[in-house]
Amino acid sequence: MSDLGPRPDFELLGRLAGPAGPELTCEACFEELDRYVEHELAGGDADRAVPGMRAHLEGCPACREDHDSLVALLRAEAEPPARA
Amino acid sequence: MREASTSVGGRRPDAESAAWLDALSAVGREREEALERLHALLLRAARFEIARRRPGGRERRALDDLAMQAADDALMAIVRKLHTYRGDSRFTTWAYKFALLEAGVKVRRRAWQTREIPLEAEGWARLADPRPSPAGNAETAELIAAVRDAIAGALTPHQRTVLIAITLNDVPIDVLAERLATTRGAVYKTLHDARRKLRARLAEDGLALDGAREGGTA
Repeated sequence: MSDLGPRPDFELLGRLAGPAGPELTCEACFEELDRYVEHELAGGDADRAVPGMRAHLEGCPACREDHDSLVALLRAEAEPPARA
Repeated sequence: MREASTSVGGRRPDAESAAWLDALSAVGREREEALERLHALLLRAARFEIARRRPGGRERRALDDLAMQAADDALMAIVRKLHTYRGDSRFTTWAYKFALLEAGVKVRRRAWQTREIPLEAEGWARLADPRPSPAGNAETAELIAAVRDAIAGALTPHQRTVLIAITLNDVPIDVLAERLATTRGAVYKTLHDARRKLRARLAEDGLALDGAREGGTA
């Protein structure tokens, strides 16, 4: 079987199959989200710091949105304020 | 005011986080002021999230009410769970996730409040009719047929409903959880179990969606 690439039918099958590796639960994901995101933004090895997080974020669209929002908020805060 | 030297779970948070903890653990005016500052922080995060999810939303007043509700609910959750803060991240990062969660859930539920959950058949149709693709499509069509059979034969009706709603019909997991009167975590557990059974059935048939690595919940 070839890798699940970006083709629409493969993408659909990938969503059905979900992540194959061990993953966190939604509750554990929420517990660790702040630590994981700070590791990511600091350029650290977030996946080593929080095993199972990446797989969960691949499989859970809602937790993925929470993750992306926290990253976006922290990035926005780190940006220097726009000059008038 | 006590010294900002709070130790959390053996770790020492940074000075700003420790100051937050001290102020929120104080009594009287100091605590009230800290709660007001925290609420303002949470409201800003909730507005940020809602603006991301509903850019240019015309229902400005309703969305601002939604942000206020999210900030209120996040503040209550934080006060309730303050003892669980371990100092693994900055306190503000820890607090933001509560506001973003509350705002995200509220936006998704609002977007779906007048919509029915799509019927399973709609998801089946999507799976049955993949867009044309170049050579190799026969192999894909065979795999899709096997997936359909596995979903129909290996999953319980509840697992089937959850899998199809979330993966094929794009129903947000929070919305589905609310309609099923359960939690995001419980719905995701069902989804996880359904996916594991699906992969196992396909592996029995000599097919694999992902190299047949067996998964589990960490």
